[in-house]
This record gives sequence, C-alpha cells and structure tokens, in this order.
Amino acid sequence: MTAVTVVLLGFLYPLLIMGIAHLAFPAQSSGSFVRVGGRIVGSRIIGERWTQARYFHGRPSAAGSAGYDPLSTGASNLGPDSKKLIARVVARIATLRKDNPRAPGMPPIGLLTASGSGIDPDISPSDARYQAERIAAARAIPLRRVLAVITAHTKPRTFGFLGEPRANVLALNLALDRVNGASTR
Amino acid sequence: MTLTGWLQAVVIFAVLIACTKPLGSYMFAVFTGRRTWLTPLIAPLERALYRITGVRADDEMNWRQYALAMLGFSFVGFAYLFALLLVQGSLPLNPQHFPSLSPGLAWNTAISFLTNTNWQFYAGESTMSYLSQMAGLAWHNFVSAGVGIAIAVAVVRGFAAKGAGSLGNFWVDLTRACLYVLLPISIVAALVLTAQGVPQNLNAYRTVTTIAGGKQTIVGGPIASQEAIKELGTNGGGYVNANSASPNENPTPLTNALEIFLILLIASGLTYTYGKMVGDTRQGWAIFAAMFALFWLGFAAIYHAEASGNPLVHQLAVRGGNMEGKETRFGVAGSSLFIEATTGTSTGAVNASIDSFMPIGGLVALLNLQLGEIAPGGVGSGLYAMLEFVVLTVFIAGLMVGRTPELLGKKIERREVQLAILAILVTPIFVLIPTALAALLPAGSSTLGNAGPHGFSEILYAFSSTNANNGSAFAGLGGDRFYYIATGISMFFGRFFVAIPMLALAGSLAEKRPVAAGAGTFSTASPTFVLLLLGTILIVGALTFLPADALGPIADHYLLYAGRTF
Repeated sequence: MTAVTVVLLGFLYPLLIMGIAHLAFPAQSSGSFVRVGGRIVGSRIIGERWTQARYFHGRPSAAGSAGYDPLSTGASNLGPDSKKLIARVVARIATLRKDNPRAPGMPPIGLLTASGSGIDPDISPSDARYQAERIAAARAIPLRRVLAVITAHTKPRTFGFLGEPRANVLALNLALDRVNGASTR
Repeated sequence: MTLTGWLQAVVIFAVLIACTKPLGSYMFAVFTGRRTWLTPLIAPLERALYRITGVRADDEMNWRQYALAMLGFSFVGFAYLFALLLVQGSLPLNPQHFPSLSPGLAWNTAISFLTNTNWQFYAGESTMSYLSQMAGLAWHNFVSAGVGIAIAVAVVRGFAAKGAGSLGNFWVDLTRACLYVLLPISIVAALVLTAQGVPQNLNAYRTVTTIAGGKQTIVGGPIASQEAIKELGTNGGGYVNANSASPNENPTPLTNALEIFLILLIASGLTYTYGKMVGDTRQGWAIFAAMFALFWLGFAAIYHAEASGNPLVHQLAVRGGNMEGKETRFGVAGSSLFIEATTGTSTGAVNASIDSFMPIGGLVALLNLQLGEIAPGGVGSGLYAMLEFVVLTVFIAGLMVGRTPELLGKKIERREVQLAILAILVTPIFVLIPTALAALLPAGSSTLGNAGPHGFSEILYAFSSTNANNGSAFAGLGGDRFYYIATGISMFFGRFFVAIPMLALAGSLAEKRPVAAGAGTFSTASPTFVLLLLGTILIVGALTFLPADALGPIADHYLLYAGRTF
C-alpha cells in the first residue's frame, strides 16, 4: 500500500499539477519572474532588500543576518514585551526619521515591524507615502510624480474585503525608474 | 477591529457552511460504498489499487484488527520517511545538493509527519530535496490525513452500528479517503494556488541580479501541490521555513482565504457525514454548532488583541495594530483568522509569527491546542476528539438526573466512560509533565528565543502543539536533541493514545443494540446539549491547563500592560 500510494500521490499527483500549470500558468508556476530588457531582475512575489534613497524600501526583515534571504525565511519571533524588540523599534524610528526628514508625522507601523516571512514583497500605502519626500528629493522630481506612482501601483483589497491594500515594492521601483531613468548605481 | 476584517471572516464561513452539506453527503456516500459522481472515474483506479496490494475490500474488521492495521501502516510509513531523509543526499531530484538529515532531525520529522503534526525543526528551503518534499512529506500529508479520516469513520460506524461489532475495513477507508476526498480537492486547490503565483516546478533555485545591483536567490520546487494537501489534510508542515507567511506558499489575499477554507473544510463536512451515518443529521449540526461557537469566540479574542496593538510600541507615539511577524497583504484580520483556523484544527500552518502575537492572541492559540483541537479540529481527529467529549457530557448529564446515560440509543457504561477519560487524560499528562521537566532542565531552557513568562510560553506551547499534533510553534524556540526527542514522544502519544482508546470505545459501542428513545431520554441534538457540551469542554480544559497558562501568557499579559520588558 505504501509503495503504490507513493507512486500515485508522491509522484503522479505533483507531476500532473506541474504539467497543467506549465501549460496554463507558465509564468506563475516557474516563479513569477520580473524581466527588464529580457534580463530577470527578481520575482513579483518575493521581496528584496533596498537601501538606496532613490528607491522605496520594504519592511524590516528577520530572514538571514542581513534580511531578505529567501533561503532563510522567517520572523523575528520576538514577544511583544521583548527588550530586543522594543530596542529595534526605537532604532528603526530613529533611522527612518533621519532618512526621511521631511516625511509627515511618525513612521507607520509597517516600516517598524519585521514581517512574518522576512521576504514580504509589499508595503502598505502609508508605508509608501512616508518615503515619498525622500525619493522625490533623491531623484530631483516633483513629489506629485512619486505620489502618482504610489496611487497607480496600490492594489485594493481583493473583491473589496480580502486582505489589505498594498503596493508591490519591486513594481513601485520599476515604475520610478520609468519616470526618470534607470538606476545609476 | 474593522468591518472589512469581520466581513472577510464571515464570508469565508458562509462559503464553508454552504459546502458542509454537499461535502458531508459526498463523504457519506464514499464511506458507505454508494455511488458518487466521481465513481466512474475513480473506481477503476481503486480496484487496480486493491488488486496490486492484495486488499480484500469485503473483509470486515473489529476494532483490534482496525487499530493493528492502522498501526502497521503507520509504522511502515514512519520507517520509509526516516530512511528517505537519512539518504536524500545520494538520491535524485535534489538540484540544490542538500545533504542527508541528521538521525535526530530525521527521526523527529518522520514522527512529526506520521502523526499529522508536521512540527518544523527543519527549514524546508535549505534542508529538503524535491524528492523528500514530494514523495516523502507530501505523501505523508495525504496518508496521515487519510488515516485520520479512516479512524473517524470507523469510530462513527461503531456509534451507529446495531450490534454488529465491525468497524469496516481500514485499507478501504484509507484508500477511499485519499482517492475520493483528498486527491480531487487537492488537484483543484493546487491549480488555483499556482495560478495565483505559488511555484510548481523542478527547476534549480535561480540567482538573479536585482535592479539595485544586489543578488537574490529565487526558490523553486513542487510547492503548489504540497501546499494544497498541507492545508486540506490539516498537516501544516511548510515547504519553506516561514510556512504560509511566505509568499512562495501564500502569495495573495485570495490564496490566504482559500487556505483558511481548506483547513476547515473536511472537519466541517465530517460533522454532516456523522449525522447521516447515525441516521439523524441534527446530531451532526449540534456538533458543528459547538465547534464553531468555540471558533468564533477564539477568533474574536485573537482579532481584538492583535488589532489593539502593542502598548509598548504605542508609548513611542506609533499607532496601529500588532504587525510584528505579520505580512502586509494579510494584515491583522487575515492573520488572526488564519491562526484561529490553524490552531482550532490540527493544522499548524502559520501565516504569521504566533510567538510575536500579543499574549492574549497567543493564549487563545494555546487554549485551542489544549482543548484538543475541536474548533472544528483536524481531518478526522477533530470529530473523534469531539466525540470523546460527547461521551463524557452524556455521562455527566446522566449523573445530574440520575439516569443511565444514553448516546444514540446506546447505554454508556463503565467501559465507555473509562476509555473516553483515558483519551482525555493523555493531553494533560504528555503536555504538563514534559513542560515541567523542560522548564527545570538546562537542556530545555537553553534554546529559548525569549525571556520571562514569554519563554515559558514557548515551552508550554511546544508540548501543547506536538501533543495535539498541531505543529505550529512559538517559533523562537530552537531545536536541539532534547526537543527532537521530547517532542517526538509527545507527538506519538498524542496521536495514538487518543486514536486507540476511541477505536476501542467504538468497538464497545458497536456491540450494543440500540434501544428506542423514551420520554426521559436526553436529546444530544438539542441546544441544551450543545451548551452542556461546551461547558464540559471548557471546564475540563480550564481545570487542566489554567495553572500552567497563568504562568505563561496570562502573566505575560499583565506584566506587559504594567510596562515590564524582558
């Protein structure tokens, strides 16, 4: 019974799904790659680490020592009364305020807390809005163009009630590069 | 809390209710050998499987034969996965060239999947070859769920039998659970998941240069096919370490809703199957009502705690709910609902870090495990765990009015009550004693991820979760040899020392002839009974676990609000 079911459920079933997916959803089943000029630059569903001022940054990440390591996914697992957690939040507030001196108000909660996977590809609309002044200054473009990018790439809740409104960080940054030229590195 | 957050939960629940009767009727037909609309497609496959394996589908088993067949199959499955993990390094379908697992980790993982627990001391994306994932872990996801359904169906047959003494045929029940129930739903679900972006391939991981100039590795693998059965079979072992928080397993709000639905689906449907099998669907709905009363209480408490947010963060003039360990696309509402579903069943998949939940959110998750996962419970195991409380409640009701207790026209006597109590006692014994030991021994506290009462919660949660065959964790707790062995033992007893007494109880009931209900018979389909059942569950759970929980999440809550940090 073990051998027969291993063949059926352990091999034929995943291969069947693979076959159908390969034909019907080739892009999604192979990893939702994003291409720029034919070159793969990332995946639509996987977050990555952004550090330059001219790009939107994702949320803090506990995946790997530098964050955003897709081979070491996970959360900080720090409890709400952990000294380490509160120290991290305090440090993030200080860094964000230094990097975004003209941002309105306090940083939003999404930019102060590590995600569950460590590779969260999205930020909330308020996380994006908080960074808009910094990006406009770094790129020397009017604020309204950055805000327009945010509006254009904010996805509402699915069917109006599933999940939360969000913007994909890679999509936002590709849109920014389309507004005023690719990264100069 | 927001209206949309509640609406999301209510709509998923409405779809679930709508599916309960059709799926329940379908499973009734499958397990009583009636024709279904999938029979023309699957029956040839089923017959071929019996021919190859030499199963004689007409053989009836008594409870001992049934339990022995179940144990034998489980042992072979354990040995197979243990061996596979020990040699995966020299087997094909391993494009990342992952080495074989250490014996301790392989042992823990094999027991974990055998018992439908799927505790994750392994990190899938950097440990498991594609072969181990597909033919090892995903296969166990099917059959451990199939075994759960088979046991539940056998137990119900015992409750419904009219003096026959037979509980059916284990091999037939297992085969039908896999072929008629788990496989078709998994195929549909896996296709929806991959359409939404869950990878399904055998490609090696791909390293790309990002537009900011960094390097990024993108994980591949047969993830969608495994994700579907992981949720449907209430298994919960993640393809990747971050489990369903990872966008590789759960990329959109729609997949999140689908996964929550899959987690609850079979347990809900089985309540209707139970009603049909005992000849009175109101019996099934009464159990459904009790299960989901607990579910909604739990969801409301978690959602309220998480939406209120962390007071220590609010002191820094930052507003908002508790987003530490949660994904943007799910938010507080989608994470709270998922965690209620995963701990109310024996799933243990997580889309957020329970360790970083507010103490009350973590407490509810912990209580769900400690009450035995009956809201609405794992596939099969939820129903038979609930039935043990039904027997106890009928007994208590009988004591109150001074009559011999009856269930479905059968007298509940000494042996039945002893067996039900035995099954109920397994939980406290194999949760509280190991927790106390781990808290006392240096080996038990050396791998904690948090200090103070939260650290104690990590230990208590680990044993509550493994004993209840859940597999979710306060994941700050690290794995070492002590926990490999201790949680392995806890999982083993949690599975088989509930299942075997329940089969024995069913065997004992199967031999009794039902008597007609009289004027003094207490109806087990009435609202009064549902309330009494809920009372019994909560009192048994509270008496057993409140002292331990007071040292963990409850102390944590009060100290947090007093401004203490650890």
